[in-house]
Amino acid sequence: MARSWGQLLGDSDAPAETAEAQRGFFGRLRESLGKSRRALTEQLQVAAFDPADDASWERLEEALIYADVGVRATAELIRRLEARQDLSELNGALAEEIAALFGDAPTLNVRHEPAVILVVGVNGTGKTTTIGKLANKLREHGRSVTLGAADTFRAAAEEQLDIWAQRSGARFVGGERGGDPAAVAYDAVGSDTDVVIVDTAGRLHTQSNLMDELSKVRRVIAGRREGAPHEVLLVIDATTGQNGLQQARIFGDAVGVTGVALTKLDGSAKGGIAVAIAYELGLPVKLVGVGEGLEDLRPFDPDDFARALVAA
Amino acid sequence: MFDSLADKLQGALGDLRKKGKLDEESISRAMREIRLALLEADVNFTVVRDFVGRVREKALGEEILKSLTPGQQVVKVVHEELTALMGEGESGLAFGKFTVILLAGLQGSGKTTTAAKLALQLRKRHRKPGLIAADLQRPAAIDQLEQLGKQIQIPVFRTDTKDAVEATRSGLERARAEGLDTVIVDTAGRLQIDEELMQELERVRDVAGPHNILLVLDAMTGQEAVNVAQAFDERIAFDGVILTKLDGDTRGGAALSVKAVTGKPIKFASTGEKLDALEVFHPDRMASRILGMGDVLTLIERAEAAVAEDEQAEMEKRLAAGQFTFDDFLKAYKMLRRMGPLQGLLKMIPGLKDQLGDVDVDERQLGRVEAIVLSMTPQERRSPIVIDGKRRIRIANGSGATVEQVNQLLEARRQMEKMMKQMGRGKMPALPNQQAQQSSLSAARKSGVKRKKKKKAGRK
Ligand SMILES: Nc1nc2c(ncn2[C@@H]2O[C@H](COP(=O)(O)OP(=O)(O)OP(=O)(O)O)[C@@H](O)[C@H]2O)c(=O)[nH]1
Ligand SMILES: [Mg+2]
Repeated sequence: MARSWGQLLGDSDAPAETAEAQRGFFGRLRESLGKSRRALTEQLQVAAFDPADDASWERLEEALIYADVGVRATAELIRRLEARQDLSELNGALAEEIAALFGDAPTLNVRHEPAVILVVGVNGTGKTTTIGKLANKLREHGRSVTLGAADTFRAAAEEQLDIWAQRSGARFVGGERGGDPAAVAYDAVGSDTDVVIVDTAGRLHTQSNLMDELSKVRRVIAGRREGAPHEVLLVIDATTGQNGLQQARIFGDAVGVTGVALTKLDGSAKGGIAVAIAYELGLPVKLVGVGEGLEDLRPFDPDDFARALVAA
Repeated sequence: MFDSLADKLQGALGDLRKKGKLDEESISRAMREIRLALLEADVNFTVVRDFVGRVREKALGEEILKSLTPGQQVVKVVHEELTALMGEGESGLAFGKFTVILLAGLQGSGKTTTAAKLALQLRKRHRKPGLIAADLQRPAAIDQLEQLGKQIQIPVFRTDTKDAVEATRSGLERARAEGLDTVIVDTAGRLQIDEELMQELERVRDVAGPHNILLVLDAMTGQEAVNVAQAFDERIAFDGVILTKLDGDTRGGAALSVKAVTGKPIKFASTGEKLDALEVFHPDRMASRILGMGDVLTLIERAEAAVAEDEQAEMEKRLAAGQFTFDDFLKAYKMLRRMGPLQGLLKMIPGLKDQLGDVDVDERQLGRVEAIVLSMTPQERRSPIVIDGKRRIRIANGSGATVEQVNQLLEARRQMEKMMKQMGRGKMPALPNQQAQQSSLSAARKSGVKRKKKKKAGRK
């Protein structure tokens, strides 16, 4: 059973999602993927898998590479499969091993008052949209929310977040274009809602001055509220290739990322880079984005994701 | 640091070079390395398969086996094939009396910023460009385009409609009426599997009648790049690609893939957030860079743009004299900064990556270095010899560094001066050897080597 929002947010006795509630999401996903996305293993004829045959292993290797899982995580998965006695049910075994790399189903740390969530990532991955959708879910689960527009760089970034604040019924704290993002973050964190989410400008992790700026935003948040930020979410686009690892590493060093939000999984990209990130950096995925609408955000469920990656 | 594709190929082929003779075994090893490197660089795996096949065939060909320097011949083959794959020469835009350029691509690929950059470039080439806002999907996308237009004083045409086709039609009309000669249509990002939006895009194309349809593609895209490019090509038959976010440290395998499966050239590369950071794409340079042959041309262009001539002359004079004070240090540092991220610069210098191996340039460290130098008195900067223990403590306190870090910097300057003096006398300073290369995927699998799990990111 898929993970529910109540479980992700750590609400007491929250049940897993019922089949009923799930249908909407999976139905939608299947609809959009049905024609364009065939099973990973089928596509590469892994169906005819023969453990004694080197070519079979190579095809499996390629299937994983094709999903952007990357060379090292692929090597690890293959090693784990080789160690298994029974590979008659290859898809199931592979999904299990992938899920295992992710570890336990994660929770989102929103129990503090206020809980502060800092959202970071490279340009255009879906930070602002994810924040809008997350605010909406938090509101549905009884939390008051403030959105802080600490992207003072990109044109119309503030307007964009403001629109999401209105859609989700969140409070909005803005600044001035070209102003100090840390100052906006400071103001937002002073808000007395249950949760404060701070949006930041997209930046390439190689721009060290901008990474320093981000560290400063984090420091200022920490200075204003002890223990904050409670979550630092790195937003990664599912179409991202192996550069995603480098993003996770450097953002991790700069601001102490606590989890990944994997967006645009409604496309045909499989998002295997999340497997590489989980394996190499031990960084959990917490949220998945599956569209541009208010409802298109889901708690990450390792088993579901693994099965989707293998079998679509 | 992330080793680049260039390092990997260099590693595989370096061995061949040393051997001076080719055998099936060493070719196979090199091909495995090339395959692995290309896969790690996000080149699509079918493209990799074909590429490696072609290189192997040529490498085993008669001519090469007979030649005196087979190793170098293979390097040449790889370079030629890579260049061929990337496409030859540059390809510009098509112009008419009233030129229409249509931008399309996935969400978040960078269309809006690219539209503004392109407009700015076109105006530099004495055209009268305008921008049409046809992204009615993303909240505040129109505002974004409008603000960018204002910033560079290029007219933006927006329409109060929910219909992208109508917005395009009306924008074109007004641009014509205003006497512009070029328009760029910024469309909403869309997934190539979103039937509804792809149909909308076709309709936008039909009313726009574009001379150029450009796919805007994020250089960090993984294996999916092929599907995206193929689908967009089938639907709107684009003419070329603009590769964005190439200023990062992505190895950009997507560029290779897209060219290979669609045959469409990459026309521009977007290399920064500033609106003038759009460069004509040079496939041959990219291939050289991939192969570790350096991207000297780009480097020189950038250096010229960043460093005033007199500054350059002055610096050369000082270096020739074997002097390297902290003042020189600061100047050199500032010049470098203006040329872009150091890591990227280093990669462009031929052979340097090869010799230095896995050098990790920590730009933040450089920031600290600057702070330390700025905490010195003018006298200390000129003649560092006066910096005693007491002064070191003062400098450390002033710059927020530790005394040890100050010491390290003093030592580094001394070393640099020594190196300058040696170079002045025509000796090349010794550099450390290249790092051992990583083994291939299949080798790792067969030998069952355990790779250590790296430590958790963040949480210091
Ligand atoms: N299909 C799809 N599109 C998404 C998803 N998440 C975000 N997007 C789209 O991706 C584009 C970029 O999203 P933004 O939220 O503006 O991204 P950002 O990271 O805030 O961008 P910058 O602030 O410019 O760096 C928009 O067109 C979004 O609608 C998703 O899960 N699926
Ligand atoms: Mg944003």
